[in-house]
Amino acid sequence: MNGKLILEDGSVFHGKLFSEMRASGEVVFNTGMTGYQEILTDPSYCRQIVTLTYPLIGNYGTARIFNQSRKSFVSGLIIGEICEFPSNFTIEKTFAEYLTENKIPCLYDVDTRALTRKIRAAGTMKGVIAAEDTAQNIIDEMLALPIPKDVVAQVSISEPYTLEVDNANAPFVVAMDFGVKQHILDSLHNLGCKITVVPANTPADKILAMNPDGIFLSNGPGDPKDVPEIISEIKKLIGTKPIFGICLGHQLLALAMGADTYKLKFGHRGSNQPVKNLETGRVYITSQNHGYAVDEKSLENLPLEITYISMNDGTVEGMRHKDFPIYSVQYHPEASPGPRDNMYLFDEFLKMMGVN
Amino acid sequence: MPKKSNLKKVMVIGSGPIVIGQAAEFDYAGSQACRALKEEGLEVVLVNSNPATIMTDVNIADRVYIEPLTVDFLTAIIEKERPDGLLATLGGQAGLNLAVKLAEAGVLEKNNVELLGTPLSAIKKAEDREMFKETMQAIGEPIPESTIVEDVHAAVAFANEIGYPLIVRPAYTLGGTGGGIAENEEELVEIVIRGLKYSMIGQVLIERSVAGWKEIEFEVMRDGNDNCITVCDMENVDAVGVHTGDSIVVAPSQSLSDSDYQLLRSASLKMIRALGIEGGCNVQFALDVNSQNYYVIEVNPRVSRSSALASKATGYPIAKVSSKIAIGYTLDEITNAVTHKTKACFEPVVDYVVVKFPRWPFDKFVYADKTLGTQMKATGEVMSIDRSFEGAILKAVRSLEIGVNRLYMEQFKDWDDAKVLRRLKLVNDERLFVIAEVLRRGLATVDEIFDITKINPWFIEKIKNIADFENKLKTVELTAEVLREAKFIGLADKSIAEITGKPMKEIRKMRIENNILPRFKMVDTCAGEFDAFTPYYYSTYRAEEDEVEVSNKRKIIVLGSGPIRIGQGVEFDYCSVHSVWALREMGIEAIIINNNPETVSTDFDISDRLYFEPLTTEDVLNIIDKEKPEGVIVQFGGQTAINLAASLAEAGVKIFGTSVDDIDRAEDRERFDEVLAEVNIPRPRGISVTNLEAAINGAAEIGYPVMVRPSYVLGGRAMEIVYNEEELRDYMSRAVKVTPDHPVLVDRYMQGTEVEVDAICDDVDVVIPGIMEHVERAGVHSGDSIAVYPPQTLSARVIYTISDYTKRLALALHVKGLLNIQYVVVEGKVYVIEVNPRSSRTVPFLSKVTNIKMVNVATRVALGHSLKEMGYYSGLVEPKPYTAVKAPVFSFAKMQDVDISLGPEMKSTGEVMGIDYHYARALYKAIIGAGMNIPKNGCVLFTVADKDKDEMKQLAKAFSELGFKLVATEGTAKALQSIGIDAEVVGKVHQRSVDIIQRIKDGKIHMVVNTHAPGKHILRDGFKIRRATVEHGIPCLTSLDTAWEVLRMLTSMRDRRLVYSLAIQDYVGGGDELA
Repeated sequence: MNGKLILEDGSVFHGKLFSEMRASGEVVFNTGMTGYQEILTDPSYCRQIVTLTYPLIGNYGTARIFNQSRKSFVSGLIIGEICEFPSNFTIEKTFAEYLTENKIPCLYDVDTRALTRKIRAAGTMKGVIAAEDTAQNIIDEMLALPIPKDVVAQVSISEPYTLEVDNANAPFVVAMDFGVKQHILDSLHNLGCKITVVPANTPADKILAMNPDGIFLSNGPGDPKDVPEIISEIKKLIGTKPIFGICLGHQLLALAMGADTYKLKFGHRGSNQPVKNLETGRVYITSQNHGYAVDEKSLENLPLEITYISMNDGTVEGMRHKDFPIYSVQYHPEASPGPRDNMYLFDEFLKMMGVN
Repeated sequence: MPKKSNLKKVMVIGSGPIVIGQAAEFDYAGSQACRALKEEGLEVVLVNSNPATIMTDVNIADRVYIEPLTVDFLTAIIEKERPDGLLATLGGQAGLNLAVKLAEAGVLEKNNVELLGTPLSAIKKAEDREMFKETMQAIGEPIPESTIVEDVHAAVAFANEIGYPLIVRPAYTLGGTGGGIAENEEELVEIVIRGLKYSMIGQVLIERSVAGWKEIEFEVMRDGNDNCITVCDMENVDAVGVHTGDSIVVAPSQSLSDSDYQLLRSASLKMIRALGIEGGCNVQFALDVNSQNYYVIEVNPRVSRSSALASKATGYPIAKVSSKIAIGYTLDEITNAVTHKTKACFEPVVDYVVVKFPRWPFDKFVYADKTLGTQMKATGEVMSIDRSFEGAILKAVRSLEIGVNRLYMEQFKDWDDAKVLRRLKLVNDERLFVIAEVLRRGLATVDEIFDITKINPWFIEKIKNIADFENKLKTVELTAEVLREAKFIGLADKSIAEITGKPMKEIRKMRIENNILPRFKMVDTCAGEFDAFTPYYYSTYRAEEDEVEVSNKRKIIVLGSGPIRIGQGVEFDYCSVHSVWALREMGIEAIIINNNPETVSTDFDISDRLYFEPLTTEDVLNIIDKEKPEGVIVQFGGQTAINLAASLAEAGVKIFGTSVDDIDRAEDRERFDEVLAEVNIPRPRGISVTNLEAAINGAAEIGYPVMVRPSYVLGGRAMEIVYNEEELRDYMSRAVKVTPDHPVLVDRYMQGTEVEVDAICDDVDVVIPGIMEHVERAGVHSGDSIAVYPPQTLSARVIYTISDYTKRLALALHVKGLLNIQYVVVEGKVYVIEVNPRSSRTVPFLSKVTNIKMVNVATRVALGHSLKEMGYYSGLVEPKPYTAVKAPVFSFAKMQDVDISLGPEMKSTGEVMGIDYHYARALYKAIIGAGMNIPKNGCVLFTVADKDKDEMKQLAKAFSELGFKLVATEGTAKALQSIGIDAEVVGKVHQRSVDIIQRIKDGKIHMVVNTHAPGKHILRDGFKIRRATVEHGIPCLTSLDTAWEVLRMLTSMRDRRLVYSLAIQDYVGGGDELA
């Protein structure tokens, strides 16, 4: 069935609809050439329409091991070609089967490069995926829908759970789940941490009552300023325990410290993003997925120092507290998808917790 | 300013002549390196023996030495130039090996030359198998169980322990020379013996074979601050077992999950760090199809063929960035030339699929073993880009210029199903085509094909998409919607015409009427994330938006020359690039179309716009429709471009330069005869025939021997001298398809001196920059002859006649630009052999030695400027006081079953130049540079055909007088006895007692003079002897003319300095004239 994507500025991109499902949301693009399943199941994309710039999608099928959360939270997907006959030893389902099963609206056979160029030039916009003959008033209504502000609540868990380890002296981490990616938890768990994952709205005192060795602030979707109640809890955690934040966790930490965040024109989403360590001058290739950034100027009079910046646009990619064992990065050291060059950041967290 | 402030002058070593395994990619890499260094204000000294390259142009380096790439010559140049640094990782394996030798000989240390880029220790760690193994083991990277042996016994012992199959690879070679896969002990012994011979250090590696696994490559960069990135990963369509240079390759990898990809990416970075490489590096992996088990196959600690491919595939300039790293920059300090804003420290991403397809020389070497294995056989490659694999593979196939336009070959129509299935089992150049045919006929499932070929099902499924659609196309009516689908798949108009039985023009018309047009997209390293400034485009039918912003300036398209093949090498890329430069100098926008990733012309900052596309009428017209240029220049892209002239002109495109009609007058036999009659110039008698009977009658009338060949060819393809009717019949049935559309030419074969001329004509004046005399008499293809500038033996009268004929021919053909004429001089009389109204193989050579920018001038002439206004006058330009010798270079070591004897069919893959004020030394340099190891004393074997026995006598006598020991086969020895020369008699191959082959193997024969007995039967003794010389690296002279010249050189060089080097700038500037 012929379908289209309509952006708020009126531009239209044609393609084929995978199913009859319509979708609306903020349209963003990711330039990674592999990792489509990890991207679809990354809760940080909640309620967004994701475009993948690599035109051949589904080449190696799908498998449960690649899931980064319990389900896909995206509103929709825009791609070039859907691979019908994938090849890889891990395959459980084809990509088409996966889309059907997860009820992901998808527009394919799209000139995703044209769309990417549009977003790059005009900035992130809302868009609607619908059948070619959809009435304009329906599209207008969908475009008028506001960007949801409750996305963290949508992706977070409702009840805490614990990943146990076979060691009574294991470092104990409480992870606040704003939409945590599975591989972050796996990475810490593989390093020997016992982890209790708690819902996003867990009060600080409850966390401290668990007496963790360290607190982890996870990645997640949306504008960090949409969750002031979480920010105020994080404020209470500062200075109590070692804290490590990733992505949204990094932004929330900055806001809790009194810094500011702002929305990027079209964000950083891909597996090839270079960041520079300001101390050593070394450059690291990172996996990123963020639409907001911490305002560098707002850090000036705070006890925070910038540790990493983006090589592409100079924006803040990491920071550290000058007095407490607190640090955070904007990018994704857990990879999945993306380069595994930054796993050392988890080691640093362990060190902060007093583990050698 | 380089970061290393001590550097003022840097020497760059090129890779020498084009051979299989080392082609134009190093001209691209070296030119980019020189430009990157000059940009930093460094003085650049370049050494390369290959005159056909751009890098040996005086505008590329401050001091250009076209000298043999030997330790002796490089030492002399280093002592003279005193560079501060040496950059050797951009000159292929040849350059790298030389740097290692220079370092080990203490030359670098003695002269205070710093080895830039990857340090010697890292080179050794990557290249020496034992050290590599230790390094990999230390960091826990798996490599297949292996051992290094220096003799056969140890090899067998290892095999008994590990089992078969085993891969054998010689240490320190290029292109995998001498390696192979052994399935049993007999094969093992054979391959090990050969491998030991080829290894520069007498070692071979034997390892567990992982044949059938996925072959994955990574291009990795590291700087001195330990920043590492991967530029690109590539997946070989052919599984491990076929040399990567002979594999069809896609970028990025298609069948790897993110987890697979990151696993190998992490391993690559770990390895480049452990090895300590600074610059570019290539890593090859074998990945199991059924798990994440992998092995590291090899690391190249330098810029490679794959780097060139990765650069062109992504837009990331690996050679340039490697050069900047070598002079001290770190990746985060180097600007990304594509975005101008971001830095070189990032990983390119692409939003398209790239396919590389090898170009093999089997059309030339019809008797060669076409089986593909660990020894590379391709001479060149094409690359294509599209938004789908189907589109990219189909573009690649039609870029090959092998007479196919899709995955279908003419001969399939004669094959029954059983034959198709039998052929599926062969690993050769036709395999992908056969797979498509199997799928088209439904003879096997994808899984069955995978079981046989080990080609990943992902690729087979894609080929099936194409095959299924072709089948559908046969049965449905060609509506606009079906046509749209066909273009979406990627089929060419010609293919659609072929399948539907409609004329191609109708398809094009229908496409245009229905607005089914390609869109052009940019290659930008970042998948559109940033604004990019690369004027580098590809077409696709899978897009809505076209990104090309067409300008209103004057603009002209230059057609490139496609893949490197025998007969059409890097020379034509040189010409295309110079034409582009000339246009840009004139303020005209220059647009280039080419599909060869190894070349300078496909570097995105050479032209104003680069279209990476097949060179077919359809693809070129699409670009013309888009760009609307003033016209097209076809005379610099070899036969590839010339062949498009007529169809483009017919479509209403203006062809700058010589008109299509005049091109046809030069190329069409009968029309050319009319031209000759008009200007009263003789040619060897000949006829054009369209059937066998006419050929036989004609040959009888002309008289044997005759030269036979198809019309419209380059490089003497399928050209032979036949001596009788039987051979003629054989030729007509085997080598050519003769039809009224494709006549065969039968010419009298005249033995005489062959002379070649390149000239520039503006339809008023004819400038002849120089004349080249061939050492070998007519009958040896001009591309395989040693050519000498200026002529050494021609009389003033002959030279006058040649100049006169050249002028008359150029004017009669109304040439506007370059033309090349070949003459044969017999007893003082000059005959025309052929005229090519285009640039030729010798243009770069002649441009360099005469210091006349021939292509630049010709481009201006083609655009309507006169020679007079540029200061040129009709006639032969005064010859220079020095001599330049161009010698052919062959890749016989890579092509078993190919006869090395020279004939009218071209066999060389590359060339070198020797230049000197002294002729004998120029010749010496050319011969040394060509890699011929001419002995100064020792034993020469003579075994010549009866027709040559008389002529051979004096030659052998002279060798004997120089102190060489002579051995000869019985007949030849008898002939020598008749003039009182004693030569030891050795038995022929089948006479078991004293076998020639055994003597060659034992190293008791140091040179062979062997002429070819008539007939093409390769099982003759001569063939075996000639092959034995190749396998054992001793010179074999198959023309008495070459032998005479070698003798003169040996005589003359007895009392001369062997090593004497001057830069081209010195020669052309007339300075330092001290021979």
